[in-house]
Amino acid sequence: MSTLLSVQGLAKSFGAVTVADQTSFDVEAGAAIGILGPNGAGKTSLFNLITGALSPDAGKISFAGADITSASAAQRCKMGISRSFQVPQPFGGMTVFENALVGATQGAGLRGHEAEAHVLDVLDSTGLLPKANARAGTLTLLERKRLEMARALSAKPKLLLLDEIAGGLTDAECVALIDTIKRVHSEGTTIIWIEHVVHALLAVVEHLIVIDFGKKIAEGEPKAIMESPEVKEIYLGVEPDA
Amino acid sequence: MSAPIVTRATRASRNAMVIGAVALIILAAAPWWAGRADMRLMSEIFLYLSLACLWNLMAGYAGLVSVGQQAFVGFGGYMLFALTIWGGLHPLVAIPLGGVLAAILSIPIATLIFRLKGAYFAIGTWVVAEVFRLSFAQVGALGGGSGSSLPVGIVKSLAASRSGREALSYWLALGSAVVIIGAVYLFLRSRRGLALTAIRDSEVAASGLGIDIWRTKLEVYVVTSAFTAVIGGLIFLQKLRISPDAAFSVNDWTAFVIFIVVIGGIGTLEGPIIGTLLFFLLRETLADFGTIYLLVLGAVAIIVMLKAPKGVWGLVRDRFDLELFPLSYRVRQQPNQKGP
Repeated sequence: MSTLLSVQGLAKSFGAVTVADQTSFDVEAGAAIGILGPNGAGKTSLFNLITGALSPDAGKISFAGADITSASAAQRCKMGISRSFQVPQPFGGMTVFENALVGATQGAGLRGHEAEAHVLDVLDSTGLLPKANARAGTLTLLERKRLEMARALSAKPKLLLLDEIAGGLTDAECVALIDTIKRVHSEGTTIIWIEHVVHALLAVVEHLIVIDFGKKIAEGEPKAIMESPEVKEIYLGVEPDA
Repeated sequence: MSAPIVTRATRASRNAMVIGAVALIILAAAPWWAGRADMRLMSEIFLYLSLACLWNLMAGYAGLVSVGQQAFVGFGGYMLFALTIWGGLHPLVAIPLGGVLAAILSIPIATLIFRLKGAYFAIGTWVVAEVFRLSFAQVGALGGGSGSSLPVGIVKSLAASRSGREALSYWLALGSAVVIIGAVYLFLRSRRGLALTAIRDSEVAASGLGIDIWRTKLEVYVVTSAFTAVIGGLIFLQKLRISPDAAFSVNDWTAFVIFIVVIGGIGTLEGPIIGTLLFFLLRETLADFGTIYLLVLGAVAIIVMLKAPKGVWGLVRDRFDLELFPLSYRVRQQPNQKGP
């Protein structure tokens, strides 16, 4: 497998707050990676750096072999990176269908019926088809989270970044979400998923990265990572020998 | 399971289209049924409608809340005078040429003021408009601060008779309103219009979905500035006289326009149309009361902003799920659609 995303020595701080501190990692094409870390560890900032919503103070990001460090967010989306927002950012005055159509026409560059058919597919697979004509501003929080996912998928990403998409779901909804993500993954989309709902995360990902204070603390096979004392201490706040 | 069908037109939009077409035919025939004063008033309505549609596209969709579009109204007006008097051009050539020049001029202005955000952007546009006003007041050949009139020869080149000229300027006003509403509608219906609508609702999400925000805004700014200058040319073709204070009036060309768009419903295509009708209804009924008229306008604006921030059209649309211009996509599920 080839490397799809490569992050090298990424650094970003806002005044005294460091959100990325010499972060480096590689993501293989077709992988599913989970990112864990306490609140404020810099997980969402990492996504902002990868998608181009933030520009780094130092470091390099490459995607599919190309250096994208100075590419705009829009260019990165067109290259195949799309994300869901932790705090949903729906196009409130547009319908659910139109929200996803933006991704299909602008991000994926589809046109006409091809774009419409793709959007219908995505809405079907995310369970939003019955809500297709609803204005996004009228959706409930859970529906907004699904819309985040649908919109990201509508741009036909090679790399899908999911930011706390399972929080607040019931068990049944969570199972459905896991199925959807697994299916997307099995169709060849590379996934990086930030999630506090650990059991959902572990049902999908094959690899975990743990960050705190912008620093990568641990990385590796999920089971080993979850059991390592330092991760337990930092992430769960438990003394190693308690 | 058969696939859902995606449509855009609704029954309301089809009816609106028919009513609009009939109204257009009746309005186009106005020189045969309306009096001189009525035609002047209707021309003014069409020109304000055009300005409102343009400002709405720029502020309501692209988020460029300019309070300086009088810069381009006045520029268009002055270009009409300058190009006809000095250039010897026919007014109907000078006016579109003024629009082209405004488009060219708006690009360096945009690169300057686009660095400013929110309220600073608004103030920046106003400053630019003041620079325009002060600059044109320095041009002695166009009458300096006291302005000048369009020479009789140029006025007569439009049509020999007075009624012919009045009909022509009425049709120009009506035609520009139709062209601008039509162009804005077609643009919003297109792929790029979908991108602009997304920018209206969330810039951060729009850029994450592949939309180049800066470029889209620049295009909208340049196009609205050009059309605004054309409307400025038509306004001063009706007035036949121009002065810096009239040409670059923030009250006439921006405050009233913002009032129209806000009470009608900002960020919708129908809003400026409703707003223009309401504005002229208020103006014509309150005209005899002098300054009270402005107080009432202010009160109406405040009440609408507090009670119905999406404007009159926003209220109607939310209550009845109406859409006169078929911009939305509607997904019609087949009856045997499998539930998710």
